[in-house]
Amino acid sequence: MAGQRDASRREVLAGGGGLAAALAIGPARAEAEQTLAAIRAFTGEAEVRRGRVKLDIPVLVESGNSVPVSVSVDSPMTAADHVKRIALFTEKNPLPDVARFHLGPRAGRAVVATRVRLADSQTVTAIAELSDGSFWSHTTDVIITLPACAEG
Amino acid sequence: MARALINVPKAAKRGEVIEIRALISHPMESGFRPDESGKLVPRSIIKTFSCAYNGEEIFRADFFPAVAANPFVSFTTLASASGTLSFTWVSDTGETQTETRPITVE
Repeated sequence: MAGQRDASRREVLAGGGGLAAALAIGPARAEAEQTLAAIRAFTGEAEVRRGRVKLDIPVLVESGNSVPVSVSVDSPMTAADHVKRIALFTEKNPLPDVARFHLGPRAGRAVVATRVRLADSQTVTAIAELSDGSFWSHTTDVIITLPACAEG
Repeated sequence: MARALINVPKAAKRGEVIEIRALISHPMESGFRPDESGKLVPRSIIKTFSCAYNGEEIFRADFFPAVAANPFVSFTTLASASGTLSFTWVSDTGETQTETRPITVE
């Protein structure tokens, strides 16, 4: 398991420079590497472009235990052109993956919402996979005054 | 059985986009939280939630421990026909809970 993770990390380090720049995660840090590996597991080799995705999350939150998140994607949601998957990633949570949503043309609109935990002030990224195989993203900074799990 | 809250319009016009909201009471124990003695409380989460419209899956969510306790999700669907929406939650230990709601489409 550890070896597998290292291998995927190396792949990401070798090939993920452009992705890191595209997502504006900033200088390489251990957490950012883990996040990039999780994103790469979701997107494969595809390029992730900015735009079409709107991540709605409060910029300043008092408690990280339950933060409302909504993701909408600019898509006609037709059989020929729709959103297949939406994923949420965090930069500094113990695990970078948060949730994945599977939808299709029967959704009518590409809008999903949930509530998440944030262990620290950090960036949150939403990535959508469209039916043409393209990936689009939106990254937002969130400041937490009381992180999740702080009261143990 | 855990308490589930589901919000579906009782009636809709054919072709209308309806919003569905679903919540189930569950601690979503992340596996990263220590108890009073400092030991980590074992992970226990809802792994997936899915919604089927007259038997056909229209939406699915995979949850990780970063989803807040009492996992909530909202999504949309096209009102296509009268019938039943079914909602299924599956925990990481394999327990499942299914709830259904009727919908009338004119």
